[in-house]
Amino acid sequence: MRRSLDLHSADPASGTLSGSDQAYELHGVYFCYGNPLARDVRWVLSDMNVQVESGEILGIVGPNGSGKTSLVKLLAKLAVPHRGALSLFGRNLADLSQAEAARTVAFVPQDSAPAFSFTVAETVLMGRYPHRRQTRWSLGFGWEDRDDCAAAAQAMATMDIGHLASRAVTDLSGGERQRTMIARALAQAPRVLLLDEPTAFLDLQHQIEICSVLRRLSDEHDLTVVIVSHDLNLASQYCDRITMLKEGSVYATGTPSEVLSVETLRTVYGCEVLIDPHPESGLPRITLPRQGMPFRV
Amino acid sequence: MIPSAGHSTSSVSAVASPSMPSATMQTSGHMNGDDRPFQGAVLTPMRWWVIMGSLSVVALLLATVCLQLGTQYIGLGNLLGVLSSALFDQPSDDTMLNTTSVILLQVRLPRVFLGFLIGVCLASVGVALQALLRNPLADPYVLGVSSGAALGVALAVLFGIGTTMLAFSLLPVCGFLGGLVALLVVYRMAASYDRLPIHSVLLAGVILNAIFSALIMFITSIMEPNRSFGMMAWLMGSLTAPAYPALAALSVYLLFGLVLLFKQVRVLNVLALGEEPARSLGVDTERAKRVIFLVSALLTGAVVSVSGMIGFIGMIIPHAVRLVIGADHRLLLPASALVGGMFLMVADTIARTFFVPSEVPVGIMTALAGGPFFVYLLVWRKDRLG
Repeated sequence: MRRSLDLHSADPASGTLSGSDQAYELHGVYFCYGNPLARDVRWVLSDMNVQVESGEILGIVGPNGSGKTSLVKLLAKLAVPHRGALSLFGRNLADLSQAEAARTVAFVPQDSAPAFSFTVAETVLMGRYPHRRQTRWSLGFGWEDRDDCAAAAQAMATMDIGHLASRAVTDLSGGERQRTMIARALAQAPRVLLLDEPTAFLDLQHQIEICSVLRRLSDEHDLTVVIVSHDLNLASQYCDRITMLKEGSVYATGTPSEVLSVETLRTVYGCEVLIDPHPESGLPRITLPRQGMPFRV
Repeated sequence: MIPSAGHSTSSVSAVASPSMPSATMQTSGHMNGDDRPFQGAVLTPMRWWVIMGSLSVVALLLATVCLQLGTQYIGLGNLLGVLSSALFDQPSDDTMLNTTSVILLQVRLPRVFLGFLIGVCLASVGVALQALLRNPLADPYVLGVSSGAALGVALAVLFGIGTTMLAFSLLPVCGFLGGLVALLVVYRMAASYDRLPIHSVLLAGVILNAIFSALIMFITSIMEPNRSFGMMAWLMGSLTAPAYPALAALSVYLLFGLVLLFKQVRVLNVLALGEEPARSLGVDTERAKRVIFLVSALLTGAVVSVSGMIGFIGMIIPHAVRLVIGADHRLLLPASALVGGMFLMVADTIARTFFVPSEVPVGIMTALAGGPFFVYLLVWRKDRLG
């Protein structure tokens, strides 16, 4: 494992946190859309037990409709579990205000962008919203200060979009827009970054680039990253651990080598794939079967 | 314990600084050593003051021109003379100047000011609704909020509860209630989809407009003929010179709403990202929505009760202003407000001068300008609506 495990115990800031090794802890979490007391309630997530270690990259994978996005929404405090306990760095997430949570957790939803022609720099600066205090007489203007601009500039440099600063987000390509949204989340100066399908609209080069940046942020700055992804190969190469969901509960969790096996994928996805060790990293590599192969399930 | 702002600022430098030396150099090159790393890419207080200052100057100049024009042209010297004698309370013996003074102070000044005020409100509501619904075509008129307010006012007139008490009319309140009902219904209809698609919002507005118009027509047709004629003229959207106490009461009422709206400018920015991203940035979106809905209905209701249905200002003005100065609502809202005020002031001046001796309802002018613009946006600027 590339990450040095004693990183956070050396960090004085996290020393004050109780349970500082755990970014998130979910115990028996149930969640559904609609009325949880209905007789025919259909839990989207049921009996979830997930731990996210501080500073790790956790990949959440699973078939469509297995509850990946719902799980991330719970982590982002956009939804509240109906049963069970969900804590963020040792504190019950439900007890935190939305603004407090926003200073710790940043969330990049699937394919989001401003509806109007904001510039890239303006969009990234929106990430500073939770850090700007509004006074009674400022009429809600709250001009960004030097810290905000510096954080935004850094985030833009990290995502390599500095040259786009004055372009309108509505005129960007899908990849540029996605990098802008991730920069917006980084400008939030979070300790936890949640990403829903971050590489879905990116070309190969930018997929690799974003994953490397996330890897570096996690390694060097103890940023905890939770990625929802359909791309099992990317998850295998870049995640420390993978949690695989099936029908709203955790089917398997562990390192990529532990989770990604022919048997697991057969059970969870219902299809046959080839898995061999990656020639460089030795981590599992998933290959689609030869064309015309019968479906052996 | 969860880290507070103090911890977060320290982690800003941690997340960003040591990692990418080349990129860091690049950005600090732009910085000029001060706190403006994005020259021209973001709104600065400096730029805000420059733009708002120049717009205010233009507004004053336009107001002067609008005061001069009318059935009787008033020269600049006379105009300033009357205004200063009114301000400093010097009675004058010149009968010519006295006639001018009556025209100017009793008719034109209140009417021009009313036009400006109503334009300000309609454009501001347009900006707020567009941000909230993430829809550049939103406008109180298009969404049926205006006709909801008009229905409220019409009902009040029908049942005779629109009586004036101490210069405070109950009509704005009835307009407010009607507008609020319309707004809630439109939002409900449109939000039954997950992401408030642009066209379903418009469709909801169309349906609501049809229903409210039918009800208003019904009310109009069962009134006595002379009252229904006044009703029709009011519905078309027209300005008449109000008495000063009524104008003052209206100004206070509208100013209250505008201040509430201006407290939401940064929230409007973040809401443009969408409701969930806004919440994940710590915005209390439910509260913001409530405030914006209430204020929009408040302003629209008051405006409609005074001037009838003046359409499209809330859509054209924010859109045009956004194209020129950018999307940041901290500037977009006040700038659109000023431009909207100027627009209606000028449109009303045209309405009352170009077709002398008759006067065209200003609502017809704005609809003639706004309708084609709406079609243009819908057909040729699809890319902008995505």
